[in-house]
Amino acid sequence: MAVSVALGEAPVVAVTPMSYWRTVGWRLSRDRATLLAGGVLLLIALSAVLAPWIAPYDPSAGSIRLRLAEVGAPGHVLGTDEQGRDMLSRLLWGGRMTLVAGLTPVLVALVLGAGLGVAAGYVGGITNTLIMRTMDIFYAFPAVLLAIAISGALGPGLANTLISLSIVFVPRVVRVAESATVQVKGLEYIAAARASGAGVRAIVRHHLLANVLGPILVFASTQVSLSIILAAGLSFLGLGVTPPAAEWGLMLNTLRQSIYVNAIVPALPGLAIFVTSMAFNLLSDGLRDAMEIRG
Amino acid sequence: MSRPLLEARGLRKHFPLRGGVLQRTRAWVRAVDDVSFEVAPGETLGIVGESGCGKSTLARVILRLIEPEAGVLRFDGEDVRAASPSRMKRLRRDMQLVFQDPYASLNPRLTIEDAIAFSLLVHGTPRREARERACAMLGRVGLDPGLHGRRYAHELSGGQRQRVNIARALVLDPRLLVLDEPVSALDKSVQAQVLNLLQDLKSERALTYVFISHDLNVIEYVSDRVLVMYLGEVVETGTAEALAQSPKHPYTQALFASAPSMDPDRRMDRLPIAGDPPNAIDPPSGCRFRTRCAFAMPRCAEVPPRLVPVGATHEVACYLYAAEPAPVA
Amino acid sequence: MWVYVGRRLLLAIPTLLGASIIVFAMVHLAPGDPISAVMPAESSQAEIEATKRAYGFDRPLPVQYLVWLGRVAQGDLGKSVATRRAVILDVRDALANSLVLALSSSLLAFVLGMAMGLLAAFRQGRALDKLASAVAVVGVSVPHYWAGIILIIVFSVQLNWLPAMGAANDPGVVEYLRHIVLPTVALALIPLGVITRVVRSAALDILNQEFVLALRAKGLGARRVFAHVVKNSAPQILTVLGLQFGFQLGGSVLVEAVFSWPGTGYLLNLAIFQRDIPVLQGVILVLATFFVLLNLAVDLLQTLIDPRIARH
Repeated sequence: MAVSVALGEAPVVAVTPMSYWRTVGWRLSRDRATLLAGGVLLLIALSAVLAPWIAPYDPSAGSIRLRLAEVGAPGHVLGTDEQGRDMLSRLLWGGRMTLVAGLTPVLVALVLGAGLGVAAGYVGGITNTLIMRTMDIFYAFPAVLLAIAISGALGPGLANTLISLSIVFVPRVVRVAESATVQVKGLEYIAAARASGAGVRAIVRHHLLANVLGPILVFASTQVSLSIILAAGLSFLGLGVTPPAAEWGLMLNTLRQSIYVNAIVPALPGLAIFVTSMAFNLLSDGLRDAMEIRG
Repeated sequence: MSRPLLEARGLRKHFPLRGGVLQRTRAWVRAVDDVSFEVAPGETLGIVGESGCGKSTLARVILRLIEPEAGVLRFDGEDVRAASPSRMKRLRRDMQLVFQDPYASLNPRLTIEDAIAFSLLVHGTPRREARERACAMLGRVGLDPGLHGRRYAHELSGGQRQRVNIARALVLDPRLLVLDEPVSALDKSVQAQVLNLLQDLKSERALTYVFISHDLNVIEYVSDRVLVMYLGEVVETGTAEALAQSPKHPYTQALFASAPSMDPDRRMDRLPIAGDPPNAIDPPSGCRFRTRCAFAMPRCAEVPPRLVPVGATHEVACYLYAAEPAPVA
Repeated sequence: MWVYVGRRLLLAIPTLLGASIIVFAMVHLAPGDPISAVMPAESSQAEIEATKRAYGFDRPLPVQYLVWLGRVAQGDLGKSVATRRAVILDVRDALANSLVLALSSSLLAFVLGMAMGLLAAFRQGRALDKLASAVAVVGVSVPHYWAGIILIIVFSVQLNWLPAMGAANDPGVVEYLRHIVLPTVALALIPLGVITRVVRSAALDILNQEFVLALRAKGLGARRVFAHVVKNSAPQILTVLGLQFGFQLGGSVLVEAVFSWPGTGYLLNLAIFQRDIPVLQGVILVLATFFVLLNLAVDLLQTLIDPRIARH
């Protein structure tokens, strides 16, 4: 077929365009800060998964004799805690807990929140009012407070922590999802799809979701670091994971009294939380920049 | 006389305006009020009017993208408003819409090939065949499927996107095409190309067009018959020549007067129009144009004038041509 | 505009009611008999029955809720299980302390955040911007309770400059200030990061608007551009500030736990530890109410500054 050349339209050169997701991947590969963050996260995730094999000691075994050994003590690279348990092992095992407690609620909130938000946004009317006003009620509480309120009622334990944090994050995702859906719904290509005879399911699947998932995903990625901090914070308060399990927030709490004796060891669990949280933040920043629609 | 392909009687669409603490309905935007017309198979009906006169709402009402509150809508004799969802889906193959904004009417995440094929997939066409027909259609509207098929909307120019819109509308083989300001967002040179494409396609495929625009020159160029709308109502209707030669309604006269023209006989010295344009929320009582009409009479404020014939197929809603006010409906 | 005010006020009411339902439900969500939440363990059966009737636990749930709501509306938040004192008194004192902490750390975060954010925006791409942005990312990622511990380690244990615990024991402004410094800094870190980023982003948006570029090309002085940027980004910054203040009020739990600062967070922590449900309920209800009213105030203030924001 002839190339489309006409008044006012420049001749087109045959170039293979990149699909949207390839472009995102390409942009990410060029962002050094994001790559570094990704690498750090990979390291953390790997060490958490492989903890049972690479931890030098049993995380719950300790002898009082060795308590609060300094960093670099013989046999204990990162020292020992107040009950003589090896810090390195506890940090490795603790990573599993913290990561699970941090990531799971966000994943749950992503699925539930996106579903509710898209439904509220697309259907509109009473459904929308019902869903959004209910979410508003939960939004009335600052995140920390809501987490504490629900955990306080349910009691400590990993499962309860996951439930309460999920409840904290769902309303936020719903808000973002609803707002994005309402905005996309008003665009003309949705009307065009309806004019073609497409039903609600076809429109949502082919047109709406692809355009709405982007902002939702970016938002969810920004919440991960908060979830990790909250999960550790709940353990810190005694509401999350219970002793003798190893979890970074819990470790921070139990080591608190020891700061007068040994300055560095009590700071280590918090350092781990900090590094993980920062890596997630940098990653989500990079993702947001890469997913921006330009041109 | 053969049956009109599209027939509308008394179409009405009002939008509620909510306000106040409890969001009560305070007023109504009377976007489309008692609009009636017929479109014969193979002709182009042009609908012209200023922004806010209800043209776009009318376009969407015709395709039932917006549900009217009242009125009859018939496609080839069949009652469209009474159609069941499955019947409606079938009907949508026959009536299609080309949108105004070439940028917002394409999904930024789909290749244009997929965007066109989507319409076919919705109706059950197998994937491969849908893609082939989409590519064929792309070629027909002047875009090389090999070059452009896998591109995304943001990589095309405005004129190219509008061609994609046309391809998408035509791939379902409709009989009626409603075009809502299809060239308004394009440069003049590109407008001409797209308009010519539309004329070619129409004769090739025996299509019927409802062409909506605010640009009188474009309307004159493409239409067989013209409908003039003002604030949701039809004020004049007739053939394109009849309206161009002797516009009867003061508003139509004003439209033609303000359109740039090469014909010295068409240019008028004094514009028969004055005052500010009101809005459709609280339109003036009686004839809605009376607040800007240089010929307004006392009875124009009482009852809205009905369409009365002033020629073979020429009708006007104005008391300048009616003997007396129509009985109150 | 007053219509918008009316609407927002009206909307706040069901939100508050819903929040109160959640708080009320906490008691019944907790495992075990709700009565055990308000009575010490060693009460006799007769005492338990009497208390049950007194608290109305033998009546249907919706009735209990309404009775409880009625009492709350009059300021009666029940009695603490642990201390037997009226909850409202303890909450009131604690709230005052928390407000002081929240205000001071908000001030710190706001001043530093604005400074860094504007600096970063005006020097976009250069070293100062990168530095400010890096500090912001650190601020947003740091767990503030950990930061508090680090601050204690550095300033109290090692250097012995500042006290580690509690509000001042000795009276006097200087003592009070000495005690408040570390908690303030710890609590301010996350809001500092957030405010810096928001200010930077808002300022950049305005600076990159075409008409500002045009003005600068014409030679408009840096001062005037600066003032213009500040004025136009005010609504956005205000929203964030309000949200962060709410976060600090709620999030102070963890920092107050670290520093034993006698605020609502400390009270909350104690209540959790002692399973003192009435205090838990009272603190959370008061804080949530405060948060809702704060959001309302921020919304209304925004509308005053920028009338375009009010819709319908």
